Amino acid sequence: MSVLVFAENWDGKFKKLSFELVSYGAKVAEMLGVSTTVLSIGNVADDELSKLGNYGAQKILSLKNDALNILDSQAYTAAIAEIAQQEGAKVVVIANNNMGKSIAPRLSVKLKAAIGSGVSKLPLSTSPFVVYKRAYSGNAYAHVELKSDVKIITLAQNSFDLIETSNQASIETATVNIDGSLVKTKVNDVQKQSGKLLLTDAEIVVSGGRGMKSPDNWGPIVELADLLGGATACSRPVSDEGWRPHEEHTGQTGKIVAPNLYIAVGISGATQHLAGVSSSKYIVAINTDKDAPIFEAAQYGIVGDASKVLPKLVEAVKEAKAK
Amino acid sequence: MKILVCISNVPDTTTKVKFTDNNTKFDTTGVQWVINPWDELALTRALELKDNAATGVKGVTVAHVGPATAEPTIRKALAIGADDAIRINLDPKDAYQVAAQIAEVVKNEQFDVILCGIESSDFNGSTVGSMVAEFLGYPSVSAVSGLNFDNGNAVITREIDGGKESVSVPTPFVAIVQKGIAKEPRIAAMRGIMQARTKVIKVIEPVAVDALTEVTSFEPPQPRAKCVFVDAENPKQLIDLLQNEAKVI
Repeated sequence: MSVLVFAENWDGKFKKLSFELVSYGAKVAEMLGVSTTVLSIGNVADDELSKLGNYGAQKILSLKNDALNILDSQAYTAAIAEIAQQEGAKVVVIANNNMGKSIAPRLSVKLKAAIGSGVSKLPLSTSPFVVYKRAYSGNAYAHVELKSDVKIITLAQNSFDLIETSNQASIETATVNIDGSLVKTKVNDVQKQSGKLLLTDAEIVVSGGRGMKSPDNWGPIVELADLLGGATACSRPVSDEGWRPHEEHTGQTGKIVAPNLYIAVGISGATQHLAGVSSSKYIVAINTDKDAPIFEAAQYGIVGDASKVLPKLVEAVKEAKAK
Repeated sequence: MKILVCISNVPDTTTKVKFTDNNTKFDTTGVQWVINPWDELALTRALELKDNAATGVKGVTVAHVGPATAEPTIRKALAIGADDAIRINLDPKDAYQVAAQIAEVVKNEQFDVILCGIESSDFNGSTVGSMVAEFLGYPSVSAVSGLNFDNGNAVITREIDGGKESVSVPTPFVAIVQKGIAKEPRIAAMRGIMQARTKVIKVIEPVAVDALTEVTSFEPPQPRAKCVFVDAENPKQLIDLLQNEAKVI
């Protein structure tokens, strides 16, 4: 019996999210007294695969199958279901990201396995098996009992700390009985910006709102994000106005982010905005209105005009970096 | 071509979230109920496609799994422009139950495209749409931010890490939609509201499917420490706090 973790790769590489999933899966396996198997799909070199062992993987399965060259939710579901059965998986751990969301619910139906989605803590108990997840768009957390024999957990990104171990994991080739006839998705065109830090991966996010007054004033936001090694984001009105691309919109209907540091500049902090950022570990707010709701969510605040405060802040970061 | 839009009935997004019965039940006192925001965008896109004769979309139906108390929300979807509605008469315990009911409706009524919002703003599950597809054995596409038809073939834009893809799948399929699918939710006009009064909400009794999960309790988010204010003239102090107290930079 095992906990099976599905670790997605990006052009043959893993990222922090992959190691969060493995760390989490290994901890759940420990709670259940079972082993940890990690499944990788696609072309990943052995030295990259072996990194998964540093976070608790005991067995690493590498699956290559032409039916899985593009993301087709049915083919991926069939493949992971088959591996889960081969491995006697009690719990399957998958990321709560675009790919995970397209596979995990299908897997739930296929295996008749209860799913806890967007989970952000270890199970609160294993008998009964109760998980902890975000609900009411960040205004509450739910304790959810998963009542089936096999269970699926999708883990929220940046919610679980990495746990390093010195495991010597075995790497094995996996095979499944699926072929191209399952694949119904056809990819016609891909537009992708590679090399850019993704907003959802960023540990520091600098975000601008209507208080920035004009798209021409974004220079210091970008500079601050670059200096801190972070990504830029914005509030909904800003993306609706076309000041910034909609991919940058954080909030309930945009991207849900949970960085270590979220700097909100000229954002008043409407409920819908906070719903997308309230899981950030630290929030800094810069706003002219001292009564703005963003200050209730923030640990640190500056009451002031962004156009005056930001340049000084940029200078202060440069000075601190120079030390 | 017929489109089914699945709608969830959720508390208005500005609701002050509270619980009763020892934190096991959501307190509905004074709550305004609305169509789940992403489902409203899905409905809007379905109606835009129907408005354009070239797409071949002839009908838009909404489906909801819930008790009769949800009818005002369903009526709102009809006022916005859906042709008719189906309500499955069940107060569901989880997404698995919801998806099983919707799949049953689709088996009996035949739709070409099923649209679901990426998540409901109350349970934040992101699961119903893909579950419906698996119950039916249909293809599903997630993270959809664009949907169009070219000579009866669906052209779908889906978001991927760092970009987007244009994909196609044969009908019937399920698309799980998110931001970008429609610009603004369509608002009901007076004429629509009048027409909605006579549109049909078909009530179907549920099939027996057990839930796989149960919410045992809710808890409010951890209260945050009070905000520490730094003088606007002295942002250095903020950097110092972030470096030495929060240790995040």
